[in-house]
Amino acid sequence: MRFTRECLYADCEETSLYQLIQQLFSIVGRGTLLTVEAIFLFPYQVVNHRARKEFLRQAYVVGIKSLPVVTLVGLFIGMVLALQVGLEMRRFNQEYYIGAGVMISSLREMGSFMTGLILSACVGSSMAAQIGTMTVNDEIAALEIMSINPVRYLVAPRLAAMMVMAPLLAFYSCVLSVVGGGIVAKTQLSVPFMTYMKIAVDSADRYDLFVGLFKALIFGVLITGISCLEGLRTTQGAVGVGRATRQAVVVSFLMVLVVGYMVTRMFYTL
Amino acid sequence: MIRFEQVTKILGGQKILDDVSLTIEKGEIFTIIGSSGSGKSVTLKHIVRLLTPTHGKVFVDGIEVSAAEGAELEKARSLFGYLFQGGALLGWMSVFDNVALPLRERERISEAEVEKRVMESLKMVGLENDGHKFPNEISGGMQKRAGLARAIIHRPQIILYDEPTSGLDPVTARTIDALIHRLNAELGITSVVVTHDLQGAVLISDRIAMLVRGKFVEPSTPEAFIKATHPDVRAFLDAQFIPPEGMAGQWQSAVAVGSKTPRTKE
Repeated sequence: MRFTRECLYADCEETSLYQLIQQLFSIVGRGTLLTVEAIFLFPYQVVNHRARKEFLRQAYVVGIKSLPVVTLVGLFIGMVLALQVGLEMRRFNQEYYIGAGVMISSLREMGSFMTGLILSACVGSSMAAQIGTMTVNDEIAALEIMSINPVRYLVAPRLAAMMVMAPLLAFYSCVLSVVGGGIVAKTQLSVPFMTYMKIAVDSADRYDLFVGLFKALIFGVLITGISCLEGLRTTQGAVGVGRATRQAVVVSFLMVLVVGYMVTRMFYTL
Repeated sequence: MIRFEQVTKILGGQKILDDVSLTIEKGEIFTIIGSSGSGKSVTLKHIVRLLTPTHGKVFVDGIEVSAAEGAELEKARSLFGYLFQGGALLGWMSVFDNVALPLRERERISEAEVEKRVMESLKMVGLENDGHKFPNEISGGMQKRAGLARAIIHRPQIILYDEPTSGLDPVTARTIDALIHRLNAELGITSVVVTHDLQGAVLISDRIAMLVRGKFVEPSTPEAFIKATHPDVRAFLDAQFIPPEGMAGQWQSAVAVGSKTPRTKE
């Protein structure tokens, strides 16, 4: 079934609970269709040189421009983790194992989770605002009339860039967390840096890394799907763009939390 | 060329188009006027299937666009150029790249050919020296002309103009009117114009119709239209100081502002 833009905003005046639930399912359905259509259009991103260029531009926006925030957050999350857990472990003379704690929590959870939140706030909001502004300025309609599929032209390169960059950023964030933890271990807990690193690396597990990166990939898909959908269904001018942006960030945050838990539950069962 | 068959459109519980039947002939300039919110833009959007009728059918060049999908819809849309109210230029691209967009995305032609055709289009709208500028660096009138250059780049058979002169000073408005007329006269393009600017409409149109409460009233020649007795049409005409005796003699001077080839009106 082809995704059409008119179906995005042919709703939204009903107020009863039943109709609200119906609308919710309808929006989830539209978001899924949008994302699936964008994924099916990936081959075009590879064969067309202009699409490749746009993909690289988006990868730069997602990856390089988020780098400073991810660096700071990754570093400080590692430092906070090491400090909080380390102080407790010191009571049992186990502070030498702090590296394991930081490594495992970063790989399994914190790396992908924090990357998801940062991407929701930095990239998702900008996607929703940009596409929303294009929608209210008739630029999306202009693309449709020129027979340029907005999903291919706008959504697919953003989704592809996010799917590549989100796991890379999550990995980068994990590395920085471990380094940040090492700095605290050395300066606050008197654990030699090399000892900390050896224990951290020994406790790293390929399975944990795989789950963490997979989660980041899923977050990337969710954030792009939600933000682009909110942008495309924007109405009512500047107010609508503001609403779409807020909605995109709030829904992305919630999805990162909920889906993050569901994926963790899927891979780690008792 | 364009045919509405008993088209009804309901948006938000309100009937915007009410059982509208209308035919627009090949090569004519057909102008739709009406008060704000009367459904003029909705009518245009039905022609290119940005909206689908609640009931009824829309045909363009034999294709039922109201039901077309995929390749058939793409074929129908390739007949159109569409000038949006604000130009709808993509903000991160230069004027040149905006105009080149449909060629680069849809047609397999060399970059040299793209450049040649873009320059032709820009020259036609008088923007040949402004291709390197970005949309936020040019005026509203220039944005509309750039939008028009993009609309004609693939040599469409039909151009739809959504408020082409709104928000422009009278001189620029007449320039745009003259441009619409020139494209129609030189390239034989069918034009559907949605506007509030009745003076421009009377000057360039072959037929004018007014949209009142979801129905077209008085679709007729400008000369007949300004003599209309329908109270809503009369109120619209009187509000713009257009007397029933017409605007004889004003055409040459008005169009001469923007065009070197003014049309002879009877």
